[in-house]
Amino acid sequence: MIIHQLSLFLENKPGHLAEPCRLLARENINIRALALADTSQYGILRLIVSDWEKAAALLREAGYAVKVTEVLAVEAPDRPGGLAHLLEIFENSPINIEYMYAFPFDRSERAVMIFRFDNPEAAIALLKAAGIGVVDSVEVYNR
Amino acid sequence: MLATPVSIAAPFHPASAPDYVPLRQLRDLQLARLRATVRRAYHQVDLYRRRLDERGIRPDDVTSLDVIRLLPFTVKADLRDAYPFGLFASPLTEVVRLHASSGTTGKPIVVAYTREDVDVWTNAMVRTLASCGLGAGDVVQNAYGYGLFTGGLGAHYGAEGLGATVIPISGGNTDRQIMVMKDFRVTAICSTPSYFVHVMERARELGVDVRALPLKVGVFGAEPWSESMRRHIEADSGIKAYDIYGLSEIIGPGVASECAAQEGLHIFEDHFYPEIVDPETGEPVPDGEEGELALTTLSKHAMPMIRYRTRDITRFLTAPCACGRTIRRIQRISRRSDDMLIVRGVNVYPSQIETALLEVEGTLPHYQIILTRERGLDRMEVQVEVTAEIFSDRVGALEQLQMRLEQAIDRVTGLRVDVRLVEPRTIQRSEGKARRVSDRRPQ
Repeated sequence: MIIHQLSLFLENKPGHLAEPCRLLARENINIRALALADTSQYGILRLIVSDWEKAAALLREAGYAVKVTEVLAVEAPDRPGGLAHLLEIFENSPINIEYMYAFPFDRSERAVMIFRFDNPEAAIALLKAAGIGVVDSVEVYNR
Repeated sequence: MLATPVSIAAPFHPASAPDYVPLRQLRDLQLARLRATVRRAYHQVDLYRRRLDERGIRPDDVTSLDVIRLLPFTVKADLRDAYPFGLFASPLTEVVRLHASSGTTGKPIVVAYTREDVDVWTNAMVRTLASCGLGAGDVVQNAYGYGLFTGGLGAHYGAEGLGATVIPISGGNTDRQIMVMKDFRVTAICSTPSYFVHVMERARELGVDVRALPLKVGVFGAEPWSESMRRHIEADSGIKAYDIYGLSEIIGPGVASECAAQEGLHIFEDHFYPEIVDPETGEPVPDGEEGELALTTLSKHAMPMIRYRTRDITRFLTAPCACGRTIRRIQRISRRSDDMLIVRGVNVYPSQIETALLEVEGTLPHYQIILTRERGLDRMEVQVEVTAEIFSDRVGALEQLQMRLEQAIDRVTGLRVDVRLVEPRTIQRSEGKARRVSDRRPQ
């Protein structure tokens, strides 16, 4: 249920994004989803990959600052109001969404969102109670 | 008669005997050696004779140790002007070794050793390593650079003289350093402190737990480092980190060393006579007050140094040391008068920045200070590498870290600076002395 996301610290300079991607490509690791949070000086590259343990070890050995974070992949109906409805579930809860991004996933009429909650376990319980599907990690990593 | 050594945890090594000599005996020895040194300098080196004559001082006037304050100082420029052999007091037929400083500006400084000088140096380094608790049976990884730099061969001869097993690996090739450390069951490493921090960091990346290795002692020198950096190294690696001191102009490493007490460095003053002087006036400061260390060699033949101004700021620690050594202690050198930066009229030392960064939990001291001038105003940027420990996947957390670092530097130095977070290993690593400051201000 819980997905392991890798985060990398990158300076906001030409070529700095390509290097870790090349490194993963060489080892045949597929990037399943990605989001970049950027400031004027640096960025945080967040990655969901096919083999996160191998990828983390590779990137660390190459000298990157790597952080592994637990995130959730949550389904939402792929139509107007789909995401709004999903977010309403958390509106009145103490659970905070630190950030989120979309996951490119082949599922007819369903979108998948990656959520970083401050409390993933509580979020899972809340989603289950609301009858919302949390995508299995095996399905996310292997395509 | 030797005083009975008072052991605090460390075993006594016979080579350390001169460290415990009764003070009266030590002063008599120093006076005899000072007279011989001044005589040799006067008769063999033009510069010294000229300067002593100018002051009307004859070698026979050295009748007490107090007379030393009448002798002229020697400064780095004197060594540079005498390049290459101008200050030698021995003919080359008696010189068995030359070393040279890297010479960041202009010509390097060349230093010479006779056979006896090499023996004195070895003796001082044996006592240094013994004072750091090493002995026969230790496996010493010598990661000081071998070559013209005095660090490598100085530590090498000392460790061999001690009867330890020496691995002359020199600096660099960090992955191999870690392999050797593990496979050869290394118990002690000699390097600059900043290089050891780099080794620890690389070991972590390779999944090697330094704490689980037999390594127990680090003998660190060749650059100023702070007490907080020592605590960081010791907590992170589980070793005892000792500070040693020396400079090529005097002999190389082996001028002074910490002991098991880790409270100041004992100067091997039977070979190197220390004074603390006011850096402005050159007058001796009262015992215990801070000033510049000036050293006079007492046993060197090829290149005697009289009152050499080290530019290193320290003070005498006047209380007796818990280890029982009678030779004097100086406080660890955290700054050099050369290192002082003047930023918007404020005096700043790189070591202050280091202390501030370490105050903020988890920050490794890989940093660089960059000085620029924008529209006539000095700007100081401190680049800090983001390590896995301080990295967060949330932008807000990183922004907060940046702010905490800026505030800590402001508290210590009184200066508003910009902290810039940079990728790990983007700040150039030095295998020797760390280069902390890049001053890009127009002169």
